[in-house]
Amino acid sequence: MQTTVDTTPENDAVEHGHGAHGDHPDHRLFGMFVFLGAEAMIFLGLFAAYLTFRAVADVWPPAGTPERELLLPGINTIILISSSFIMNRGNQAIRKNDVKGLQFWFGITAALGAVFLVGQGYEYYTNTFGLTDNLFTSTFYVLTGFHGLHVMFGLSLILMVLLRSTTPGHYSSESHFGVEASELYWHFVDVVWIVLFLILYIL
Amino acid sequence: MSTSILEPTPQAAPEPPEPERHWKDFFGFSTDHKVIAIQYFVVSFAFYMIAGAMATTIRVELATPDADFLGYEHYNGVLTLHGTMMIFLWIVPAGAAFANYLIPLQVGAKDMAFPVMNGLAFWLVPPGGALLLLSLLAETPPSAGWTSYPPLSLMTGQVGQMMWILALLLLGTSSILGGVNFVTTILKMRIPGMTLYDMPLFCWAMLATSLLILISTPVLAGALILLSFDLLAGTAFFNPTGGGDPVVYQHMFWFYSHPAVYIMVLPVFGIISDVLPVHARKPVFGYKAIAYSSLAIAFLGNIVWAHHMFTSGTPGWLRMFFMAATMVIAVPTGIKVFSWVATIWGGKLRLNSAMLFAIGFVSMFLVGGLSGVMVASVPFDIHVHDTYFIVAHFHYVLFGGSVFGIYSGLYHWYPKMVGRMLDETWGKVHFVLTFVGFNLCFFPMHILGLQGMPRRVVQYDPAFEDINRICTIGSIILAVSTLPFLYNAIRSWFWGEKASANPWNALTLEWQTSSPPIIENFEEEPVLWSGPYDYGIDSEPEEDDRSVAELLAEVKAEM
Repeated sequence: MQTTVDTTPENDAVEHGHGAHGDHPDHRLFGMFVFLGAEAMIFLGLFAAYLTFRAVADVWPPAGTPERELLLPGINTIILISSSFIMNRGNQAIRKNDVKGLQFWFGITAALGAVFLVGQGYEYYTNTFGLTDNLFTSTFYVLTGFHGLHVMFGLSLILMVLLRSTTPGHYSSESHFGVEASELYWHFVDVVWIVLFLILYIL
Repeated sequence: MSTSILEPTPQAAPEPPEPERHWKDFFGFSTDHKVIAIQYFVVSFAFYMIAGAMATTIRVELATPDADFLGYEHYNGVLTLHGTMMIFLWIVPAGAAFANYLIPLQVGAKDMAFPVMNGLAFWLVPPGGALLLLSLLAETPPSAGWTSYPPLSLMTGQVGQMMWILALLLLGTSSILGGVNFVTTILKMRIPGMTLYDMPLFCWAMLATSLLILISTPVLAGALILLSFDLLAGTAFFNPTGGGDPVVYQHMFWFYSHPAVYIMVLPVFGIISDVLPVHARKPVFGYKAIAYSSLAIAFLGNIVWAHHMFTSGTPGWLRMFFMAATMVIAVPTGIKVFSWVATIWGGKLRLNSAMLFAIGFVSMFLVGGLSGVMVASVPFDIHVHDTYFIVAHFHYVLFGGSVFGIYSGLYHWYPKMVGRMLDETWGKVHFVLTFVGFNLCFFPMHILGLQGMPRRVVQYDPAFEDINRICTIGSIILAVSTLPFLYNAIRSWFWGEKASANPWNALTLEWQTSSPPIIENFEEEPVLWSGPYDYGIDSEPEEDDRSVAELLAEVKAEM
């Protein structure tokens, strides 16, 4: 579904809607914002479903649900939140035309994203409950799994930016939509996780 | 051009040849919004024919009280696909077709903001449609109605239902990508000097539609993801036997599917607001009122969904809220209807096919709107819920509303799209047949519903047989009514009278370029020399602006 992300070479951004004859105005960042609005709605819908299940149930989580381990997801949360700040350093770097800095900070972000996914996988592996045990466990896996897919997609965006940054001059202080878009997406995934963590683990 | 004498290459020509539109472009991946629009039109109309044929078989089945034509095995599958296809493969993509064609032209842009994504959005539609068609051939076709309420949809077979879900996810994604494009193009790509209030009302309507698409469609995707887990993985989100709650599905489903009514009808509101002033030769009445009421409908449309669930055990306080909110929608809708009537009031009407369908739209939609206020009321709704009264109501909204409006838009913009005029005589035959067939088919259903005939049944009480016969006759007239249009559209494509750039003497920008427009729409950046609907307004022409004054005089000569 995430097709708004650019697959074309970076153009010089045209500030206003009507450039010279022949070139196409660049509104990709605006389009990305609009698209993330739609993405947010899919998560809001799923959250609303979860909260409704919870509000209607007499006992929540349903009787027999094992206690949830908090340490690992807590560490994972810290990893994901800090990766957002680290990623922003990469964006700051490219604004100063510092491609090496971009690669350094985005590299760390990608590593942290991968650690998050491994941690999530490990949590699934060691959990004592399954997908179909009860309504809580089902929503737990579907929500975290759907979020995990988004992390994977965000991670592949970051890797794509890293790959493209090896072409000299691909990103510059003037033109770095790929950097902006992947960072925006990553922040979005981050915010979704915070809400998920709150409603699935803490509440 | 830095060609030197040392490079006598053929590419040294100073101007590349003007690109020409080739017929093959219409059969492949294109990024031209006009090609994509035609692709949307043709594909959605093809599905309209298929889903219409299904409707006719349903009516033939219902001509007698017994299950003797489609029978118990096929009736539910055909009914499910009729509804699903009419909504997701005809009216929604037909709205996208108009939006694709008109938005860039009306705001004076060369193309959509994201042309590649636009092509991609279109190419999700045919696979979605094919999947739905194939699902009818599955061993267990989707048979739970277009709403696919669980637990019924979990009990009617996995294969067909899963194909239905996948098709809807594809079509929903297409719709969302389209919405992103429309919003960005409308907000960011208007020619300099065109404020939001200089936009044609179709653009306002599409802005509201796109917001609805972006807010509500993802929630349907969420519901369908959960439903597919129930179907395939054995979870019980919506299955009461495993502790789930089917009403949660209904909430999520209607959170999309009520706004979907406005996703289908708002573009048509825009079409009508554009067509009426042109053929009435009068400024549109209440431009801002129509523009804002589109946004008001988009907002209110998002907070009324549970009026579909008055009989689903919804608590009283919630029903009160949704009843009131639903009735409030009648206000912005009424503002539009009054504005349209005031627009044509005292105008110099050209009663051509576009205008007839537009007036037909206003009157038929009014009937659907009035029965809508009736069913918004909880006590009344409890009586008519799931009866033919509801079937009558939503066909007046979606056929009497959307389809009449789509036809109006087709007659109005066909000369622009094809470069040839449609035949007026066949157009009027088409209108009369549609109008008579439609009312004969759907008006008696109000009576059937009030008498208590339930919807979605293949077998019914013989007491209802006479009225059902009338409906069936109407449906056959309606089916036949498509033929003059098809004949007219195809014949005019090749042999119709050549259309000038501006055959209707209209003022919006799409008429400032050739018919059909050149590849990047305008020879030179168009000039906004009047408001979109300034018909018959005397403005003092400026001394130094002869050519503009002449253009203005040309349009107003007819007044």
